Amino acid sequence: MPVNDTYTDVLIIGGGVVGCAIARELSRYRVRVALVEKELDVGFGTSSRNSGVMHAGFNYKPGSLRAKVDVRGNALMDDLCRDLGLKIKRIGKLTVALDEADVPTLNRLKEQGDANGVPGLEIIPPQTMQKLQKGVEGLMALHSPSSAIISPYALTIALAENAAANGATIRLGREVTEIRRPAAPGESFEVTTVSAEDGRKETFRAKVVVNSAGLFSDAVCRMAGITDYRIYPCRGEYYVLDKRLDGSLSTLVYQAPKPNAPGLGIHLTPTVDGNIIIGPSAEYIDGREDHACTADVMAALRKEGHDLLPSLRMSDFIRNFAGIRAKQTPPEVGGNLDFVIEDRKDVPGFVNLVGIESPGLTSAPAIAEMVRDMVAAHIPLAERDDFNPRSGRSPFFFSELPPDVRADMIAENPNYGEIICRCEQITKQEIIDAIKNPLGAKTLISIKYRARATMGRCQGGFCLPRITRILRDEFGWKPENFLLRSVRSPLYAGHVREDKGGDVR
Amino acid sequence: MTLAIRRLKACVAVIGGGPAGLAAAVAARNAGCGDVLLIERDRILGGILNQCIHDGFGLHTFGEALSGPEYAGRYISMFRERNIRSLEDTIVLSLAPASEGGLEILASSRAGLVAIDANAVILAMGCRERPRGAISIPGDRPSGVYTAGAAQNLVNLENIQIGKRVCILGSGDIGLIMARRMTLEGASVESVFEILPYSSGLPRNIQQCLNDYNIPLFLSTTVTKIHGRGRLEGVSVAQVGADRSPVPETERYVPCDTLLLSVGLIPENELSRMCGVEIDPVTSGAVVDDTFMTSVPGVFACGNVLHVHDLVDWVSVEAAQAGAFAAAYAAGSAPEAGIPVKPGDGVRYTLPQRVSGARDCTISLRVGAPWRDRSIVVRTPGSASEERRIIKRTKMVRLHPAEMIRVDLKAADFAGASGLEVCVE
Repeated sequence: MPVNDTYTDVLIIGGGVVGCAIARELSRYRVRVALVEKELDVGFGTSSRNSGVMHAGFNYKPGSLRAKVDVRGNALMDDLCRDLGLKIKRIGKLTVALDEADVPTLNRLKEQGDANGVPGLEIIPPQTMQKLQKGVEGLMALHSPSSAIISPYALTIALAENAAANGATIRLGREVTEIRRPAAPGESFEVTTVSAEDGRKETFRAKVVVNSAGLFSDAVCRMAGITDYRIYPCRGEYYVLDKRLDGSLSTLVYQAPKPNAPGLGIHLTPTVDGNIIIGPSAEYIDGREDHACTADVMAALRKEGHDLLPSLRMSDFIRNFAGIRAKQTPPEVGGNLDFVIEDRKDVPGFVNLVGIESPGLTSAPAIAEMVRDMVAAHIPLAERDDFNPRSGRSPFFFSELPPDVRADMIAENPNYGEIICRCEQITKQEIIDAIKNPLGAKTLISIKYRARATMGRCQGGFCLPRITRILRDEFGWKPENFLLRSVRSPLYAGHVREDKGGDVR
Repeated sequence: MTLAIRRLKACVAVIGGGPAGLAAAVAARNAGCGDVLLIERDRILGGILNQCIHDGFGLHTFGEALSGPEYAGRYISMFRERNIRSLEDTIVLSLAPASEGGLEILASSRAGLVAIDANAVILAMGCRERPRGAISIPGDRPSGVYTAGAAQNLVNLENIQIGKRVCILGSGDIGLIMARRMTLEGASVESVFEILPYSSGLPRNIQQCLNDYNIPLFLSTTVTKIHGRGRLEGVSVAQVGADRSPVPETERYVPCDTLLLSVGLIPENELSRMCGVEIDPVTSGAVVDDTFMTSVPGVFACGNVLHVHDLVDWVSVEAAQAGAFAAAYAAGSAPEAGIPVKPGDGVRYTLPQRVSGARDCTISLRVGAPWRDRSIVVRTPGSASEERRIIKRTKMVRLHPAEMIRVDLKAADFAGASGLEVCVE
């Protein structure tokens, strides 16, 4: 079978938030950029499976890469969200000392944060804590006003779509299977990929390869002959709560961290769209794609939820999910190592990102700037004069607009008047926009991440048949075209009965 | 609001055009209200009955076994004969008491937004299915896990075959009906699992949908894990102990590509809550009086949005009463209902929660567990100043949580009581 060849200047491996931020950053320049992602959409891994918190940056050692890219990324986020049409809520965070033993931790975090350049850190007494979040208890708290929430999958998708709009090539459903280093200086990498859909190979020839493969970054390293790294997957499970509880949290509340904990502990996090999530747990596992939820952790999360939010009812739990941290330390060591962001001297042109776990989401735009500078050492980067940083999209869903604006929009386009997803009040036009996404992603989860349909309290019971009808009647989909997430997850088995013709139906 | 929002007025507005809404609208019209408006989110009237193509509807109301669409058709005819106004393909977005009295509905359709001022509103939105997340089944999240009603819609209305090797969790009626439907459509239905020690479906459905097709029902058994990263590959199931938690040593693996969930229905009361209607934590529906008026004056509720019914016939009966009372309210009669009705021993809930004593009424109730040869007793609760008094005693050969029980009371028998209590004896 002939192998398709694609020539590019920079090839990015991995369409998580970091890879997509890099693609978008490089799309500012006159350089050919391609991104390959093994899943059928961007952000299907860890980037969509986290708390959606923009960390302020006081948890990381001064001088570390994590401190640097987190604080910088956090500062970039307002402009980025404005340009891409995304919600960001600067709700701040309280890191609470429950007892005397936690007080030195708070003081250390405050000093560390100040050294890292985190704005506005303050240690506050219980009365002030109560003003920020009713009912919160503790001796004192570190308040970080720059902590914020965003939608992690919306950010990842918007970065990729804006990169594509500015000329970057985003190739979904292509898994990298082999990397050949340049045979001689000045020659290209040859990166072989295989299509998830039809098994066809495509080779990318690139001067620079960026490894942003997240949980698989060590495997990609090995393909390039780098054996220094090993990823230890560490799973975090979550519950999603009904929007009924929207407004119960006005700020983020975390307990003071314990030494060597693999994460920042279980907490309640409001999402920008009005749900609350409980989690994450932390459990080292073998599988890098084992997103299962487990009975014991689920029970622990439910208990934690009831403790933290006494008004919680069983019916408020609407969904579970799990994400996996790409840790560089095995369970017996625990804690975190610093991010690896390197321009490999031993493999010239190989820009390597390893162990980008928390705070990777916050750091993504700052990591993209660093990677840009590394790329510039190999390829001259000249700014394009036609780069458009804006997505032109509204951060709001149709249902969030005032009634008179909605009425005018329906008069222009009746599809806005037809509600398809009852729980989230998502309109037919929003479903159509999601299906017609510029990346060409066509799974049900792709529609969900773009339009919120199936994300509400009925979890698709109402809208799945309606979405199916739209895709069949207006886009000509056959039952076999409906995939939940991957080619291995078909939704339907076919038709119940065939149309055999005849005159009387 | 701008001119772009159309304004309508109605004496009685009915939200939902399923069996409850249709019967309520017809009854309101029969009671003399000339200005009834029904709002339905689907393209056609009939609600969930349209996907219920099996028969067995209407035995009480019409004395014959009809299919769901046929049963709906009878009421749609009555509705049309009376020239009652309806807005199809229109979904209600919000409901609130209007500042100048009455109620305001905001609804959306392809024709635009419409604001409706109504003297009285009848809530008839029905219920929705409890999804996987609400019962917290551990494991992977593959494709192939559907709620039974969504599956019924896809198979019966959209000509979509959802899978070939099926397990069903929950023995509610929709799950039982779908066991038969999937079998008839060529799928192999492996088993039905029920966490309770008894089925929550009607006995006739156990016989006609499972036994007749040799589909095994495993009681006190639940799904403990879902397997499959892509499409569903199988489920782990285990027997449960008295506390309903799985017994690990009984766990076994059942291969299947489809899991249907029939694990309960939740009255769809988002609009009711938005409007400030008090909700009963047991029924998850509104607290109502014997005219089916909720805690918000002028807002009435009936059908599955009020409490989940076993038979559509009782939905129609209840909705017809609610419709007539709503019409009377809209015409200016304000009911008083001061006698609280409470569930006693063995009874899960009673409805209405308040009665007046001024008129005869029917108490609907469900028992908490299966019983044989017991009585349903309606009595006054008794206190230091008032002796306990039996209002009515009804002998029952068989009592089952799956079946709704209706007890008719004569006003003369309980007028002046300080309260009523219903229990199993």
